[in-house]
Amino acid sequence: MSNQVSKVLVFAEISNGKVKKGALELLTAARAASLSTQIVLLGTGAKAAAGTMGGWGVSEAFVGDNAAFDQYNPEVFAESVAGIIKDSGADTVLASSSLLARDLFPRVAARLGTAAVSDCTELALGGGLKVRRPMYSGKCSAEVSFLSAGPKIVLMRANQLPVGEPSGAGQVAIKDVPAPTTSGLKTLIKEVLKGASGKLDLTEANIIVSGGRGLKEAANFKLIETLADSCGATVGASRAIVDAGWVSHSMQVGQTGKTVAPSLYIAVGISGAIQHLAGMSGSRVIVAINKDANAPIFQKATYGLVGDLFEIVPLLTEEFKALHS
Amino acid sequence: MKIFVCVKQVPDTETKIKLKADASGIDTAGIKWVMNPYDEYAVEEAVKTRDGGKASSVTVVSVGPKSRAVETLRTALAMGADEAIVVDAPEDVDSAMTAKALAAAIKGEGEFGLIMTGKLAIDDNLASVSQMLAEHLAIPHTTVVSKLEQGDLLLAEREVEGGTKEMVQLTKPALIAANKGLNMPRYPSLPGIMKAKKKIIKELTLDGLAVTTNDARTKHLNFQLPPEKPPVQQITGDAATQSKTLATLLRQEAKVL
Ligand SMILES: Cc1cc2nc3c(=O)[nH]c(=O)nc-3n(C[C@H](O)[C@H](O)[C@H](O)COP(=O)(O)OP(=O)(O)OC[C@H]3O[C@@H](n4cnc5c(N)ncnc54)[C@H](O)[C@@H]3O)c2cc1C
Repeated sequence: MSNQVSKVLVFAEISNGKVKKGALELLTAARAASLSTQIVLLGTGAKAAAGTMGGWGVSEAFVGDNAAFDQYNPEVFAESVAGIIKDSGADTVLASSSLLARDLFPRVAARLGTAAVSDCTELALGGGLKVRRPMYSGKCSAEVSFLSAGPKIVLMRANQLPVGEPSGAGQVAIKDVPAPTTSGLKTLIKEVLKGASGKLDLTEANIIVSGGRGLKEAANFKLIETLADSCGATVGASRAIVDAGWVSHSMQVGQTGKTVAPSLYIAVGISGAIQHLAGMSGSRVIVAINKDANAPIFQKATYGLVGDLFEIVPLLTEEFKALHS
Repeated sequence: MKIFVCVKQVPDTETKIKLKADASGIDTAGIKWVMNPYDEYAVEEAVKTRDGGKASSVTVVSVGPKSRAVETLRTALAMGADEAIVVDAPEDVDSAMTAKALAAAIKGEGEFGLIMTGKLAIDDNLASVSQMLAEHLAIPHTTVVSKLEQGDLLLAEREVEGGTKEMVQLTKPALIAANKGLNMPRYPSLPGIMKAKKKIIKELTLDGLAVTTNDARTKHLNFQLPPEKPPVQQITGDAATQSKTLATLLRQEAKVL
């Protein structure tokens, strides 16, 4: 099958009217390969966001500026997005490997009879599509070979590609996406309970501070939260303290939690069990704070601090605050 | 109402991964195989539902090398499933083929009310067969489900980004992909294991289901082990010195703050 990339469609998520960083990473990659790029923007504010995309090399935007797209519903999105992909004539579809995209695109791929691969960590567009992704929880990785003629759908993990700056002011042609059918649906979102944190999700975060059983008791998790606040980080956790009920499962990093790849991952009082490492060893810089010099986490760490977290963390919080003031 | 649960056998989470000499895949020699952890939640939920009188039977289905996929099916039978089907397929069968085979196998059994799967298989980490299967069966799906209420309609709770929770209502038949938290999977009991040994596992083939390699969409190749990490840089001194040094290194050397 031809791996030639000539027409790229980027599926971009918007948050508070802004195109999310994951999509900007993909647009930067497409622009660097001088490709003709289309974008999909769905939800309230999509039109305004589309207007700002010229500087990112986007020539055409599929815009569904419609509140019916504000809340993800697999049935609604699959129908609209499959239609857009067909209309676009794109040979390559790129999206950030968010929870939404991971839920949506396999269904879209099955509908279109094409290929979708999630959670990719390497992407090359110039000179043919080349994609690599971790397998077996990051214990190895493999290249993906595409066997179908149809558009190839690639979901890239966030923070793997650089983000450029917008430049120039190219014209973006707007194509309106028809309002989705909302009657006769078999899937209804009855209620959405907003999480407490206004912070970036673990899978998107650029900095993560995670705590483990070394914290001794639930109340001490506060130390992790204050350290995270001092450097704009999202908080994570080991399974030990999720199972103990100190924090919610949405915060668990690891093989049976979230796979993360921030620029900086700080593990506090975490031993570094193989299942935890599986979820975070793709992080660019890893800091381990642990009183046991033989803890396996040090084998994956960039910087190690052997010592008592109860002494180190408050001091480190002050140092981080000083850096940011 | 019949429930179908799709299960996959994967290497145990502790397994050390070695590659084949030609890098075409992993070396499966000496691997300990287990049921994919998320599939355990799916099996448990199905068995619990049947025991609660809300389903008539639970059938587990697996697509994979027959010789060992049956072990995982026996585990599911020992947990309480009623029937099992194995679709014999090569080790590296892709998601598109797997979903098509599962759909054909399930359709071949007649009516169904609920399909349960795990949200992700921890070997290929693709998290795609569930949604593809739902598409082939033309039924609604929801993934990452950590709570399920069953009445005439299904009410599923799923945790999304930033700890936000969505309550999703689905019209049956529907597919639910289970996340951790849905329940506490039981350990197979000894009588359960004995009973499971005697059960006949229905054997199907890809050919028999009219699934061919033309249905494959992707192939993983050129496997690599992760690059060796340079050894850790230990930061010594008292806690104050360690903290100060780390902050400086993160800003000036690693440039991440
Ligand atoms: C199928 C399966 C799936 C799993 N999935 C996951 C997963 O997704 N994520 C995950 O995290 N785990 C997972 N686990 C669990 C994993 O095996 C470990 O049990 C868990 O990660 C341990 O958590 P921990 O590091 O917080 O606790 P521990 O292993 O108990 O480590 C605590 C650490 O804190 C240190 N410490 C103690 N006191 C101090 C102090 N005062 N100052 C500094 N350091 C201190 C200790 O030296 C120790 O290293 C899984 C296990 C299985 C079997």
